[in-house]
Amino acid sequence: MNEESKKVVLDPLVDNNPVVLQILGICPALAVTTSLATALTMAIALTAVVSMSNVFVSMIRHHIPSNIRIIVQMTIIASLVILVDQALQAFAYDLSKRLSVFVGLIITNCIVLGRAEAFASKNPVGLSFLDGIGSGLGFGLVLILVGTIRELLGSGSLLGFPILPLVTEQGWYYPIGLMLLAPSAFFIIGLLIWALRSWKTEQAESPSYRIHQVHRQEVV
Amino acid sequence: MSSYSGSENKRSRDSVANVLIVAISLCMVCSILVSTAAVVLKPIQERNKLVDRKKNILSAAGLYDGDGDIDALFQQIETRVVDLSSGRFVDHIDAQDYELDKVLKDPEMSAAVAGDQDIAQIRRQEKVALVYLVMEEEHIKNIILPIRGAGLYSTLYGFLALKADGTTVQGLSFYDQGETPGLGGEIVNPKWRAKWQNKRVYDDTGEIRIEVVKGPIDIAKPGAVHQVDAIAGATLTSRGVNNLMRFWLGDQGFKAMLERVSLREG
Repeated sequence: MNEESKKVVLDPLVDNNPVVLQILGICPALAVTTSLATALTMAIALTAVVSMSNVFVSMIRHHIPSNIRIIVQMTIIASLVILVDQALQAFAYDLSKRLSVFVGLIITNCIVLGRAEAFASKNPVGLSFLDGIGSGLGFGLVLILVGTIRELLGSGSLLGFPILPLVTEQGWYYPIGLMLLAPSAFFIIGLLIWALRSWKTEQAESPSYRIHQVHRQEVV
Repeated sequence: MSSYSGSENKRSRDSVANVLIVAISLCMVCSILVSTAAVVLKPIQERNKLVDRKKNILSAAGLYDGDGDIDALFQQIETRVVDLSSGRFVDHIDAQDYELDKVLKDPEMSAAVAGDQDIAQIRRQEKVALVYLVMEEEHIKNIILPIRGAGLYSTLYGFLALKADGTTVQGLSFYDQGETPGLGGEIVNPKWRAKWQNKRVYDDTGEIRIEVVKGPIDIAKPGAVHQVDAIAGATLTSRGVNNLMRFWLGDQGFKAMLERVSLREG
């Protein structure tokens, strides 16, 4: 793989992560990360959708009129998600039931439209495919992190296997109920953004407004 | 390429003709792909749904725990049609032909539920319903009732299995719901479903007492046998389960049938 391809795939993991830097795809990051299994499935489904939608948008990028380009991209994305949903219901029925509405909601995930508009509409097919894979990996990384924390602290298990014995099962761990609610994902992602920007200070945005200091001269 | 040919491309790209061509051909291609997938995959999906429903019926009765031939296990189940108001089994309707969707559209076989009685928000109710009986020799071992009602975001569809006394819960399963995974979606979690086992739906006078309650249940109190702990963070879904239980086990639902069966089986 040449330098540019490597950059396209690896950048979204840390340096240009769609969730913690571009702040996209927050909604599914909240909703499906109560358990690691659903988080993983969503990450795989999204990677499949964004890479394929990038491919198709890139294939017709020279022919899309600019005034309908968003609708064209949405139509391609929506059709792909419907295909993924139908395929899941046919070939992995139990998994599709666990994800229920969230497979369809991949259409609303800003990462998919974001990459189609920002990258695939301006780049060749091969690179666009890799960009899709990279974005999916970046999204998946955040989902796995958040899902691990939430499932471990909220249910004492990982992938369904009990890790911390719960008090209800004669153990010692009192599960943190907040971890099963959406706000906990907000907090975890916020802390993740803070940690990442402390490590990679170039990601920190400059403040949009600085409070102006006034020194009083007179003493009353 | 020179910028001149680039801008000429751009002009033809944004022309009205090109807009129409791209829009129409894209819509055609996408529609064909999506509808082909839906039509071709439908039989497989229907089969999956049927197997899933059978799995849930068996699971509610505690007869299926993950592996086994569903069709073989289902042999011990007798599917019957019951008239809800009288509680009698109806034999002139073939259970194999019964389809709830069609029944609910038929004004002869279904009726709208009055607002103040529709605690499960099902709007229309069938006059005759399917029930599944687990038979042992000639005796009824379990009665499995199809139940449904409004959750928070979706209608919950499930099966409640009762023992032959018509009041002790054998098991509960939900085969269709669109609640939030991890919250309302936990109604399918085996740990929560297990809380229903051996709870009693009616008290000794035949009054419906089963309820889903918030907060810890004091198992020392006699009323605890009628109470099930709600799901943390899923107040409205839990309330939905509570309401649909009380609807389908009440006078509007299977109560008449359960009284008849429990009298017969003793």
